[in-house]
Amino acid sequence: MAKELWEGNAALAEAAIRAGVEAFFGYPITPQTEVLEHFSKRMPELGRVFLQAESEVAAINMVYGAACAGARVMTSSSSPGVSLMQEGFSYIACSEVPAVVTNIMRGGPGLGNVQPAQGDYFQAVKSAGHGDFHMIVLAPANVQELIDLTVLAFDLAEKYRTLAMIVADGSIGQMMEPAEMPPMRPVRPPEERPDWALTGAKGRDPNIITSLYLGAENLERVNLRLQAKLKKIAANEVRWKEYSTEDADLLLVAYGTVGRICQTVVREARRAGMKVGLLRPITLWPFPSKRIAELAEQVRGILTVEMNAGQMVEDVRLAVEGRCTVRFYGRMGGVIPLPDEILPELEKLDAECR
Amino acid sequence: MATVEIPEDMELVYKYPESLTERHTHYCPGCTHGIIHRLIAEVIDELGVRERTIGIAPVGCSVLAYYYFNMDFAEAAHGRAPAMATGIKRVSPGKVVFTYQGDGDLAAIGTAEIIHAANRGELITTIFVNNAIYGMTGGQMAPTTLPGQVTTSSPMGRDVETAGWPIRMAELIATLPGAAYVTRQAVFDVPGIRRTKKAIKLAFQTQLAGLGFSMVEVLSTCNTNWHMGPVEALEWAKQHMVDYYPLGDTKVIDEVKALAKGRK
Amino acid sequence: MQEAGRKIQEEIIISGFGGQGALFAGQLLAYAAMDQDLHVTWIPSYGPEMRGGKARCTVVISDEEIGSPLVRRPSAAIVLNIPSMEAFEPAVKPGGVLVVNSSLIPQKSERDDIRVIYVPASDIASDMGNIRLANVVCLGALVQALGVLPLEAIEKALDEHLPERHRELLELNKEALRRGAEYGER
Repeated sequence: MAKELWEGNAALAEAAIRAGVEAFFGYPITPQTEVLEHFSKRMPELGRVFLQAESEVAAINMVYGAACAGARVMTSSSSPGVSLMQEGFSYIACSEVPAVVTNIMRGGPGLGNVQPAQGDYFQAVKSAGHGDFHMIVLAPANVQELIDLTVLAFDLAEKYRTLAMIVADGSIGQMMEPAEMPPMRPVRPPEERPDWALTGAKGRDPNIITSLYLGAENLERVNLRLQAKLKKIAANEVRWKEYSTEDADLLLVAYGTVGRICQTVVREARRAGMKVGLLRPITLWPFPSKRIAELAEQVRGILTVEMNAGQMVEDVRLAVEGRCTVRFYGRMGGVIPLPDEILPELEKLDAECR
Repeated sequence: MATVEIPEDMELVYKYPESLTERHTHYCPGCTHGIIHRLIAEVIDELGVRERTIGIAPVGCSVLAYYYFNMDFAEAAHGRAPAMATGIKRVSPGKVVFTYQGDGDLAAIGTAEIIHAANRGELITTIFVNNAIYGMTGGQMAPTTLPGQVTTSSPMGRDVETAGWPIRMAELIATLPGAAYVTRQAVFDVPGIRRTKKAIKLAFQTQLAGLGFSMVEVLSTCNTNWHMGPVEALEWAKQHMVDYYPLGDTKVIDEVKALAKGRK
Repeated sequence: MQEAGRKIQEEIIISGFGGQGALFAGQLLAYAAMDQDLHVTWIPSYGPEMRGGKARCTVVISDEEIGSPLVRRPSAAIVLNIPSMEAFEPAVKPGGVLVVNSSLIPQKSERDDIRVIYVPASDIASDMGNIRLANVVCLGALVQALGVLPLEAIEKALDEHLPERHRELLELNKEALRRGAEYGER
């Protein structure tokens, strides 16, 4: 299929449609309303389900219901709306049904603004809801990756019967880039829904989907099962991209929009004679800790750049374990750090680690 | 369940519903949940839809309802059963989907979800059990607690000046265009139990006929948290609850009326 | 059009009032660049570096994978109104190109390290019968001046992406593009 110019939000929705999503439930919120609008037009055309819910709380619980019924389902929102969905995330995680959610992050806390930001890293990676669980968190840096990771999110969610979240920011959502859509996958017919799904207890014992486990040992058994699954995901599904790391003695770590901005920083720094590389995490959970630890043996210092007050840098430090200097540069409130302000930070780090 | 051979000269007039499991319930002695479970099970048996029915349990005393119903079941977050039911039904239009919810679940934390599900005319059935108190958490004030009623969180009796008035959900839902059949019944005596069963059946039939949202509010008791004996609780409910929550239909669209007529 | 071995990297800001077609002009550039097998990003008004007019976009065109889709100092800019002129005239990189809609912007640039092209775009558009063509007039001047994309690529983008409701203006748009291009010639 040839490349077309796609706006991120529309590309995300269309990619989900190509991946065979059967139902979308959502609530409008800037800067991702175009996702919902794209679904509102396309899903009825294709005879699939689109429903604008009364709130994000309702939307995620509709997703939970449809997932229990064994359908491929997703919702999309932005930071304040995602906070409202956290109750549902926790139930979905414990019930072990697959679902895909996206967070097109905006500035916060509170109502914040509608500018692109990465302030929800902790929420996505460490604190998706109450109780012990993680979501798989995928962070695209361009429109093509947004498309590819949306398709992957469904596959991973179903493979592990878990939640997969795509985190991007408003600038990826609203930018246009040439990208190629995957071919349309057929929608899974209802009679092929998984055997654990709620499809009516015909010729079998009833299926019960619950997140309630009375008795401490009883629930601990469930917790242990969930942890074992998460361990498996952590072992198999770490993804990242490296740029010019082979001979690097300084390393940038950044994801999403600022991750791609750091590609420019690498080029400019190299032009100025600095041996700089970039590691761009694609899965924020599981985090590419092992690779960062390896690179920490190679480089003198690491600069983590984020569109927040310094969140992922904590995971970088945990991975590095003191092997080299780790510094942070970030902007908040929807301000996007640009190469001309990141470069001096690199120079500072360079001087500091000599 | 032991199967019993029925002699040729006898007719089976009563049996344990297939739609119930044999598990003993955890409900307090005297609780009316058991009666309501049984009525739903009988209706599902009679309609022959057990194998395509999906129930959604609430948070509250009936949180474990899935142990007692012999059919596919999901356990919802507090108040979210109508949203979950919406999700299930929309991707499984051929299934019969119902929520079983208490007063805290439906009329407090889940008010938005029930109103919007009803307003969209979701083809689901809601059984709303109103006993005017929070049972599972130990007898706190519910949105439906009567004025002056003493609970552990309204120890001086519900003061409507500060706590607001009890909500009449059957009347409220009846105002929504998407609701096809809404009624309030009570399981305080045998005639009431019979009427409740009829209403539950009509509610499920409304769903099966694709006519819109249906809800049966069932007035019930909580003798434990009301600090009464079971019989005393039934009497108290008859004397006090029915005044505030009048029994009868609050919404029956013409198509449902026709359904009810055709059934007779 | 492209000289062999020449590296292509243009960062273009197009800025004006809402309704002046700044975003659409940027999209035409993006479609044209894509058709030329170049990397391209189009991003609407985001970022701290952008103050001034109300509707603007940044288009980055490159022959290698694009890192930052945003720039503080563009290599080229089209300014359609006074606030945009004030915001971006000082920002254009030395050696860059600035296209000024001189119909609406009376002031002159004082910079001698960039090429400034004054185009009475709104007047030209009015003469052609539709003032809303000013964006395309300016785009013609810019594309001609940059020499990175052939004018035909923009015409093709117009053929394929001019919204249905403006379809009857297709030939007029192409004419506007060519009129603008005359100003872009050295």
